Amino acid sequence: MSAATASPAVFEAVASRPIAARVVRDGGGRTRRRRATGVGGGRAARFAAFVLGTVWLVIVLLPIYYMVLASFRTQGQYLSGNPWLPTGGLSLSSYGTVFSATGLGIDFRNSAILTLATIIIVVLCSLGAAYRIVRRASHFAAVSFRLILFGLAVPIQAIIIPIFIIVVKMHLYDTLIAVILAASASLIAVAVLLMVNYVRAIPRELFDAMTVDGAGEWTVFARLVWPMARPVLAVVSIFAGLGAWNNFLLPLILTQSNANSVLPVGLYKVASTSQYGIDVPVVMAAVLLSVLPLVLLYFGLRRQFVQGLGGFAIR
Amino acid sequence: MATVSTVLSNERAVAPVRRPRSARRRMLLLADVAGLSPTLLLYGLFIVIPVLFAIFLSFTTWDVVGPLRWVGVANWSRFFSDPGAHHALLVTLELVGLSWLVETPLAMALGLFIAGTQRYRSVYAAIYLLPLLLSTAGIALMWQGVLSPEFGGLAWFSFHLKLSFLNQNWLGSPGITLYVLVVIIAWQFVPFHALIYQAGRRAIPREMYEAARVDGASLAQTFRYVTLPQLRYTIVTSSMLIVVGSLTYFDIIFILTEGGPGDTTRVLSLYMYDTGFLQTEFGYASVLAVVLAVLGIAVALLLIRLTGFGKMDSGREGIW
Repeated sequence: MSAATASPAVFEAVASRPIAARVVRDGGGRTRRRRATGVGGGRAARFAAFVLGTVWLVIVLLPIYYMVLASFRTQGQYLSGNPWLPTGGLSLSSYGTVFSATGLGIDFRNSAILTLATIIIVVLCSLGAAYRIVRRASHFAAVSFRLILFGLAVPIQAIIIPIFIIVVKMHLYDTLIAVILAASASLIAVAVLLMVNYVRAIPRELFDAMTVDGAGEWTVFARLVWPMARPVLAVVSIFAGLGAWNNFLLPLILTQSNANSVLPVGLYKVASTSQYGIDVPVVMAAVLLSVLPLVLLYFGLRRQFVQGLGGFAIR
Repeated sequence: MATVSTVLSNERAVAPVRRPRSARRRMLLLADVAGLSPTLLLYGLFIVIPVLFAIFLSFTTWDVVGPLRWVGVANWSRFFSDPGAHHALLVTLELVGLSWLVETPLAMALGLFIAGTQRYRSVYAAIYLLPLLLSTAGIALMWQGVLSPEFGGLAWFSFHLKLSFLNQNWLGSPGITLYVLVVIIAWQFVPFHALIYQAGRRAIPREMYEAARVDGASLAQTFRYVTLPQLRYTIVTSSMLIVVGSLTYFDIIFILTEGGPGDTTRVLSLYMYDTGFLQTEFGYASVLAVVLAVLGIAVALLLIRLTGFGKMDSGREGIW
């Protein structure tokens, strides 16, 4: 008897835990479950909003749908069939062609290397910098921070010529390293700002407690800042990863050979060749394959993605 | 946390050994240098030096192969009398203005929409963000397929549904190509700005809407007197990003039109690319680059000044 009444209570306690966690994760103030406030009150207005929202949904999805459909066709099927309906047969041959004939496999590998390396560099550099900026130990840190903030205002297009010249002078032209370094530099100011905002939120008492205990600066970093900063590491990684994976201008200017080509430029090159320029299905399949890893990650880590994209707003 | 509590419960923590003051300061400075130098190195090499170098180059002529020659303000006076540059500047401003006009109302409407709490709206919001995952190159190629004359998706409508106005050379007609680009850029960036507006709308205190309701305000009045004024910083943030972003817009135009047909879509950044990397006139191209940077910074400062609001703060208010 007592066990029977106790067990539901236990289940309830167990069940309530993840719910509480979810509310916290949704962020204070904007809880999902709250009813709509003010605007959107009237029924007609809500219906109008639904219509508008759906129209935009269609606008977003139509070209993507077109691309997906085209990618599952041969060129013959694409040219003869209805491009908006899956009639006249589907085929996977375009995807096969992407890997076997276009040479984009190398671009995938290079893009992966570029992205991972950029993430590692940006995350480590910006976390280290943010830690020192927040500590405010010396005048040097304050001046550095001001200098880094200034960089937020500089568009990368405006300095691409000097970057090109510097890369050539360093004998790094047409290497992935050049793209990795330049891309990291272009992303680092925002990353530092994201990190500073986060590290600043760590209570001062925690720092003081460790310092009073005689912990050195490195110990504070390794045992306090690094573990506490984990959530923002994901956000900065996504920000840097998106910036590196999708970058077009830097690899366009700083690389040349097919061996060092990355995806966005590779896609552009493939689409400009006489052979594949007219083979729309192959180009579409290549584009879809290039975005597939991001889409998978996106649906797994939506919250971090939204915050990572927010980094581009600061930019 | 666990680390900290063990540290706190440590008996020896009561009387920490103090190092001499100057030694400690030196150690802190050393830590600062160690923590900041990787960032500063990258940053200095690829941002700070290039900025100075670009300004320097704008007073020289150089084609990489030959010697670099100081020419004073010759490049700059050329800029002021170069019809190509003036045209590029005009096209750029047109692109900026049109982008702002198209993207701002759409982004605001959609931002308010996805700020609502209905479940289906968060599903919509998730799909809205898909364009932000695609690379600009991917987006350009996708639209190239949709818009291509004869075999593209829109052309199919024109042939089979007798909508003949859809049969255009979308990316090759002087009269319409710039507008097509504006639409494609909006497709790419409206979701992003909707995200900013969503965060801005969610930051408005609920009580303000309750007060408006108690006062019997209509939906339009609520929008006019509560939402719009409360969103003013969000509008500034989003507008600034649209303006600065489309000033330097390059990728999609480079891939889809290369500035054409003729020079109808040749924006300043593209003109700079052509001058620098195709004609290898790095000196004059640097003038264009500096103009680009100065325009961007000026617009940003102007908007900050006009609203008395810092970019950093508004950026944070938008997303964080």
